[in-house]
Amino acid sequence: MTASNNYVVGLYDDEDVLLEAVQKVRKSGVHIEEVYTPFPVHGLDEVLGYKRTRLPVAAFLFGLLGTILAFTMMIGMYTIDWKMNIGGKDFLPLPDFIPIAFELTVLISALGMVNVFFVVSNLKPWGIPRIFDLRTTDNLHLIALNLDANTIPVEELRKVLKETGAVEVNDKTFE
Amino acid sequence: MEINITKEEQFNFTSRFKKILGIVLVVGILAVIGGIVVGISGGEEHHGAEHEATEVTEEFRTGEGSGDGPRTHAPGTGDPQAFDMAAVEHGPDWVTRLFANLWINNLFFTGLAIIGVFFVAIQYVSQAGWSTGFLRIPLAMGAWLPYAGVLMLVVFWFGSHDLFHWTHEGLYEKFLADGKTPNPEYDEIIAGKEAYLNTAFYIGRTIAYFIIWAGAFYFLRKKSLEEDINGGTSYWYTLRKYSAIFLVLFAVTSSTAAWDWVMSIDPHWFSTLFGWYVFSSWWVSGLAAITLVVILLREHGYLKVVNANHVHDLGKFVFAFSIFWTYLWFSQFLLIYYANIPEESIYFIERLSSDYYSPIFFINLVINFVFPFFVLMTRDAKRHSIFLKITCIAILFGHWLDFYLMVTPGVMKEYGGFGLLETGLTLIYGAAFLFVTFTALSKVPLVPKNHPMLEESLHHHI
Repeated sequence: MTASNNYVVGLYDDEDVLLEAVQKVRKSGVHIEEVYTPFPVHGLDEVLGYKRTRLPVAAFLFGLLGTILAFTMMIGMYTIDWKMNIGGKDFLPLPDFIPIAFELTVLISALGMVNVFFVVSNLKPWGIPRIFDLRTTDNLHLIALNLDANTIPVEELRKVLKETGAVEVNDKTFE
Repeated sequence: MEINITKEEQFNFTSRFKKILGIVLVVGILAVIGGIVVGISGGEEHHGAEHEATEVTEEFRTGEGSGDGPRTHAPGTGDPQAFDMAAVEHGPDWVTRLFANLWINNLFFTGLAIIGVFFVAIQYVSQAGWSTGFLRIPLAMGAWLPYAGVLMLVVFWFGSHDLFHWTHEGLYEKFLADGKTPNPEYDEIIAGKEAYLNTAFYIGRTIAYFIIWAGAFYFLRKKSLEEDINGGTSYWYTLRKYSAIFLVLFAVTSSTAAWDWVMSIDPHWFSTLFGWYVFSSWWVSGLAAITLVVILLREHGYLKVVNANHVHDLGKFVFAFSIFWTYLWFSQFLLIYYANIPEESIYFIERLSSDYYSPIFFINLVINFVFPFFVLMTRDAKRHSIFLKITCIAILFGHWLDFYLMVTPGVMKEYGGFGLLETGLTLIYGAAFLFVTFTALSKVPLVPKNHPMLEESLHHHI
C-alpha cells in the first residue's frame, strides 16, 4: 500500500448505479483503490477486474496440514509411544484414524482459511481499519480513489464521480 | 438484461448416432456369445478358481451356508453340513455368471433411470431454477424405467435360484416330510426372515417400486409437456406437490429396493445403511450421466441455454456426491471393521481375503473417491468440460464396478471373473439405455420453454 492518505470518495445509493459507475470510472482511466458496500454486490469484483481469490489454495494447504497433523499425532501416540490392544486391532489401524484425521482436516482448514482471510482483509488485531464513511455499513456504497495513485487532477476525479451518479463526493484524509 | 437465446430446440436422434449404438449393441452381443462359449467349454476365465481353497475361503464357504458366522455355531444351526453342497463342490457355471451380470446391469441402469426422475423431483421440491434449461435430460433418462422393471422381473423369474440363496424352498422347512427328521438344509436365520423374504412378496414389492417410479416419471413428463403448450405457473405448483409426494415414497422404496435387490443376495448379512449406500452409488452415477449428456449435447450444438455456470454446478454435484458415496462406504466399512462381529465382517472378508476381489475393492475406492476428489477439486476443472467428461466416465465405470462388487462375491463366491460376458452385457445394456433415453429426448422439446424458472436459469451466474 502506498504511503498516501489522501482520498476522494464518491457515495452511491444504488448498486446498479454503482456497478455502472465502476465501469465508467475505470474506463476513463481512473484507478479505483477499493469499493465499500453495505452488502455483497453480485458481479462487483468482475467489473473491478479483481483476480480470483486464492483462498481455496490456502484452504487446501491448511487441510493437508490438518491431515498430516492428525496422522502424526495418532501414530505418535498410539503406534510409537503407547501401544494399546483395542479389540485385537493393529497398532496402526488406519481405518480407525480416518474419522479423527477428517475432523482435524476440516478444523485446521477452516481455522486457517478464516485467519488468512482476516489478515488479507486487514481485519487482523494489529491492523487499523480505514473507515471512509460510516454510512457504508448502512445504506451507501463508496468508491475510494487514491490521489497519489492517479495522475489525473482532483477536480477531474470529483467530476468523474459526480457524472457517474454519486450522491455525494467527499475528500478524506487519514492521519 | 434480456438474454436472447433460442428456447425452441429439438434433439435430433440422427441415424449416424443410431448406427453407432447399433454397432455397440452388436459388439456386445458377440462378446456375450463369446463369453458363453468360453463358459460352456470349461470357463478358463474364472480367475478365482485358480487359487487354492485357502483356509479363509474355506471359512467363508462354511459361513455362507451354515447360517452363521465362521467362528460361532449357534444352537439349532450348528450343523456344519447344512450348507449348499452344490455351490461348494464345483464353482458356479456360466449360467450363474450370466444371471449375476444381468443383475448387475439391471441394478446399475435402473439406478441411472430412477435418478433421472429423482433429480427432476428434487429440483421442483427445492424450488431450484438453475437447472431448468437441461431438465429434459434427466427426465428422458426415466424412460428406461418400464424396460428396467420388465428386465428385473424376467431375470428374477429365471435366475432367482442362481442369484438368491433365500429362494431355495428347503431352507424354510425345519423337518423333512416325515415330520421328525431334522431337515439338513434348514436355515434358522433365513427361515426367520421368511415373512419378508418370500418370492410372492418380493415380486409384489418389485412391481410396486416400478409402478411408483415409472408412474412418477410419466406424471412429471406429462405435466411438463402440458406446460410447454399452455404455460403459466399452475403446472409448476402441481409438479412441486407431486414431486414431494414422490420423494417421500422414493425415500422408502429406494432403501427397500436396495435390501431386496442387493442386500438379500447375502441373506445372512445385513447392514443398516445399505439402502443409503446403494442410493448414493445410484445418485452419483446418475449425476455423472446427466453431466456427461449435457456436456456432449452442448458440444454438438444443442442446449444453448446451458452455459459454463450450469456445467460448473453439475461438476460440484458430481464432486460433492462422490465424497458422499465415500462417506457412506466408509461409515459402513468402519463400523463393521471396528465391531468385528463375524456375521457382519464376513461381507468384507469375502471381498478382502480374495486375491481376485481385493484389488477391485481398492480400485473401486480409487476411481470413485480419490480420482474425482483430486481432479474436480479446483474451480477450473469443474468449468472445463474435458476434466468433467473424464471424471464422469470414470465414475460411471467405477460405480458399475461398485455394483459388481456388491453382487458377484455373493452370487459367484470366489469364482467371480471379468471377461467377455461382463463387457458384452454392459455394452448391450448401455446401448439399449442410451437408445431409449435419446428416443425419449428426441420426441419432446429439448428446453421446457414455458417453465416459470427458465429465465432464472438463463441468468444463472456463479
